[in-house]
Amino acid sequence: MKDKRQIIGQVLHRMRRYIPAVAGSLLMAAVYVAASLYIPILVGRAIDCIIEQGKVDFAAMAGYLLRIALCAGIGAFAHWLMTQINNRITYGVSRDIRNEAFCRLQVLPLGYLDSHPQGDTVSRVIADVDTFADGLLMGFTQLFTGVLTIAGTLVFMLTINWKIALVVVVLTPLSLVVATFIAGRTHSMFMLQVKIRGEQTAMIDETIGQLKVVQAFGHEKEALEQFDKVNGELEKASLRAIFFSSLTNPTTRFVYAMVYAGVGLVGAMTAISGGISIGHLTSLLNYTNQYTKPFNEISGVVAELQNALACAQRVFELIEAPAQSPEPEHSQMPQKILGAVEIQNLEFSYVPEKPLITDFNLSVRPGQRIAIVGPTGCGKTTFINLLMRFYEPLNGEIRLDGVDTADMHRGQLRSCIGMVLQDTWLKAGTVRENIAMGKPDATEEEVVEAAKRAHAHSFIKRLPKGYDTLIGESGGNLSQGQKQLLCIARVMLCLPPMLILDEATSSIDTRTEIKIQKAFQSMMEGRTSFVVAHRLSTVQEADVILVMRDGKIVEQGSHSELLKKNGFYAELYQSQFALV
Amino acid sequence: MKTLFRLLKGYGKEAVLAPLFKMLEATFELLIPLVVAAIIDNGIGNRDQGYIVRMCLVMVALGIVGLVCSVVAQYYAARAAVGVAAKLRHRLMAHILGLRYSQMDALGTSTMITRMTSDVNQVQNGVNLALRLLLRSPFVVFGAMVMAFTIDFQGALVFAEVIPLLCVVVFGIMLITMPMYRKVQEGLDSVTAATRQNLSGVRVIRAFRKEAEETESFAENTWVLTRRQRMAGRISGLMNPITFVVINLAVVALIQVGGVKVYSGVLTQGLVIALYNYMSQILVELIKMANLIITMTKAAAGARRIEAMLEIRCETFDGGRQTECTGRVEFRDVSATYEGASEASLEHISFTAMPGQTVGIIGGTGSGKTTLIQLIPNLYPASAGAVLLDGIDVQAWNQKALRGQIGVVPQKAELFRGTIRDNLLWGREDATDEELWQALETAQAAQFVKDKAGGLDEPVTQGGGNFSGGQRQRLTIARALVRKPAVLILDDSASALDYATDAALRASIHNMENPPTTFIVSQRAASVRHADSILVLEDGLLVGQGSHEQLLKSCAVYQEIYYSQFPGEVVHHEG
Repeated sequence: MKDKRQIIGQVLHRMRRYIPAVAGSLLMAAVYVAASLYIPILVGRAIDCIIEQGKVDFAAMAGYLLRIALCAGIGAFAHWLMTQINNRITYGVSRDIRNEAFCRLQVLPLGYLDSHPQGDTVSRVIADVDTFADGLLMGFTQLFTGVLTIAGTLVFMLTINWKIALVVVVLTPLSLVVATFIAGRTHSMFMLQVKIRGEQTAMIDETIGQLKVVQAFGHEKEALEQFDKVNGELEKASLRAIFFSSLTNPTTRFVYAMVYAGVGLVGAMTAISGGISIGHLTSLLNYTNQYTKPFNEISGVVAELQNALACAQRVFELIEAPAQSPEPEHSQMPQKILGAVEIQNLEFSYVPEKPLITDFNLSVRPGQRIAIVGPTGCGKTTFINLLMRFYEPLNGEIRLDGVDTADMHRGQLRSCIGMVLQDTWLKAGTVRENIAMGKPDATEEEVVEAAKRAHAHSFIKRLPKGYDTLIGESGGNLSQGQKQLLCIARVMLCLPPMLILDEATSSIDTRTEIKIQKAFQSMMEGRTSFVVAHRLSTVQEADVILVMRDGKIVEQGSHSELLKKNGFYAELYQSQFALV
Repeated sequence: MKTLFRLLKGYGKEAVLAPLFKMLEATFELLIPLVVAAIIDNGIGNRDQGYIVRMCLVMVALGIVGLVCSVVAQYYAARAAVGVAAKLRHRLMAHILGLRYSQMDALGTSTMITRMTSDVNQVQNGVNLALRLLLRSPFVVFGAMVMAFTIDFQGALVFAEVIPLLCVVVFGIMLITMPMYRKVQEGLDSVTAATRQNLSGVRVIRAFRKEAEETESFAENTWVLTRRQRMAGRISGLMNPITFVVINLAVVALIQVGGVKVYSGVLTQGLVIALYNYMSQILVELIKMANLIITMTKAAAGARRIEAMLEIRCETFDGGRQTECTGRVEFRDVSATYEGASEASLEHISFTAMPGQTVGIIGGTGSGKTTLIQLIPNLYPASAGAVLLDGIDVQAWNQKALRGQIGVVPQKAELFRGTIRDNLLWGREDATDEELWQALETAQAAQFVKDKAGGLDEPVTQGGGNFSGGQRQRLTIARALVRKPAVLILDDSASALDYATDAALRASIHNMENPPTTFIVSQRAASVRHADSILVLEDGLLVGQGSHEQLLKSCAVYQEIYYSQFPGEVVHHEG
């Protein structure tokens, strides 16, 4: 846990351009509080003008009434201005921070993004920023007006009559005591409720997420019974938590009623002895009401501020997470990308204790087709990650046409490599936008041509709006195979000198796959390509097959060479035809 | 909303007592200004200290009675709200558990979860607040006016004018800003979507060097959001200042009227103060009411969504037939159409699988493989024709007994929280450890379970995340085998297994003591080629049926699939 002061420091640092606005807001708050506190005094004086039958000083009263109206106007205007300024600050700060966080996301190493759940990161950028901006800034102004109101009321009351003011000062904090007492007692009840609710949500998640399994195993009754048990527990815990915490309002209201009665008693007694006028008494009673309200608010604000700070911390953790290694100052690039890849002593691991890729050496001539096979978890995809510089190797180097890729600008390196992954990601937008992602200024003919070569044109034509069909987040209503065809068309449109196909056809049925393989053949012609594949049938044509196991290349050669060798590859290959 | 009210009826006592006691509390509150007026007019006016003390004691008494009433009301409101929420959750869960596969697919998992969690919570808050405040707030507002009328007609007229004016301001601003805040929410949603999309597509975005463009469009999104927030804030920020002005002008009018009345002897000073005090009570309650209405609209929206979900009809066929069975599966001219789909997913499928036989099902994506196997445990109903297990229509079977005979291994291998043993016992509750190990052995999972520190008691996290894909898959296979099913369905269940394990698995199932009738769904010809019979599906039609050798000779679709996976054999077979 970071020091709170440090977090506050960061918050203030990000708010520096709003300092004049904050000052303005505070000024307006002060004006509003002053006006709203002055009005009860004016009311009291106006009432003092009304004594009894035949004894009403209309002229003086009119003066006071005019002043009330004036104060109301000024107070209202100040309040409006304060709200507008506050909105400007709150919304501005949250926008600034969101933009900053998003910028950070673009340069965070993939290792960070892969190891943090996506939902968690999203909630840092969205919910936490909201809570932070709302809580901290609104809380701040509430705290300020609250404290100002309390102080102002005290001063005004003291000027009227210090004895009565003392009654209020001594008794009102009782409400805080009561509120804290209840909050303390109910805290454990709430924690219990949160715990059981969490349990129940996990159960709902699991049961609904796997509803089909539940039904297939005829487990509905058991699932419902199990659910009802937790549901019953939750009902009990919720009732206690909700009921006991809902006592705060009535009990504090009761305390205020007592304070009110106390002020009434002392005030009336003082009035009899002529210490104060009836107008004063009215003002005092009014203040008693006003004085108690901010106490309620302030106790809420403290919790809110703490919550806001916790959220701020989570946001800053993201914003300050170390970025990927900076781009080299003088980015080097080969004169012409031919596609020769030289890998020496490559080492990599996700966790230091568990080395994954070790002693990895490879030499690829321009235009060669390299297939990578091996059991799950052997490091195939990791190798691709290193090639694209999504991850940085611990040791060793990858040279492209003689230049260490670590000396290249990541963007320039990646522009040389076209990539199709198993995970078919499309952005929300039209089909055309998705295909033209790598070349936004492509002509209609180019887009259609790419789609045709990827065998996507025929299904795109049949979509409701053809190339202008909107694809929702995560691909919406397209099938897995269709999405993959679009991903392939995307690469077809701007063919770079090198290609990576990571399980690119695994979600497509084999007959479509044949067609795509043909497209791939023409695509790979003259390009250095790396093909990761599950099905051995798709890699037999490769120039070199790398057989990986536990992060090492255990065999290397063409299909027929490897079969002759009768090693691990041959074993994998034969198992396809194993007889039952 | 119907369901909500029906459930609330079960809490009739609470639903009546909570608002009633709240109103009692409000009544006592409304008496306070009169007591204060009495203190001023009689106590101070007559210099009667005893009277003042008595009146202050009356205020204390009113406070105590009010507190008691309020506590009672809070209790009943909480009980009704929490109870209704629990019953709603139960109803929803029971309903969801009975949904058909197609209905689940149409609804989506996240929707169902939202209904059960946040929507129900919103209803709970709504019911709780409504029982407490829905009657109280208007009661205080109109009560204050009524009290004002008992004091003075002309003074009360100020109330009669101010209350509608305040209502117009408060509710008007609320009505205007509600759609604006919906817009804000939409803006926030698109910022969320942009963030999520950027994270899920990070590799592609970086590969295409779109970082700067993404940042730019994100900034545009946040800018739109900020603009909408400011617009909504500009209007809703008017509420407080306007009501502040209105109330204070009303006070000015009251004092003016009061002054004239006191001058002519109709009113006393104390009563003018009482009128003033009533005026202050109104505003607080109106604001409470506005907040209440926001909560209630949210709750009502949640209730409507829940209602819509409960209204999804699900017919269950439960024939009640229960017998031991041998595992003969027969399809007689079966067609299946998903609800709402225009075209059938399966048409005119006929075949018979004898006990102990292995049936392979192969075909491209969307050819109807998964639909076909889901007809066997009656997870989807056939729209025409009949699916028979041991000669009895599956719809005539007792559902639990039917599904108890069938072991299903789904495509997506997921486990439940608990231990390995807990998960395996899903297959059959009374299975012994020996039987569990036997199933694990057959599923090629015994070795890695033995290697785990806890063995059968090794914990399983949600979804089975602490096991690899292949391990999970083998555990789900073992789970199905534990029940010693008459029919075993493997829905592309070996996709995460390497070929060697896949082959060993098929061999060990084949060598079981009483081998089940096994259906193997796959896209890989290698997984089905050794089956006794292979069904070849294309676009919902059965285009080929027979052994591997027969199909290679006669079925064009099968040939194409096979040779696409084993290109090396083309010459061999054709030659």
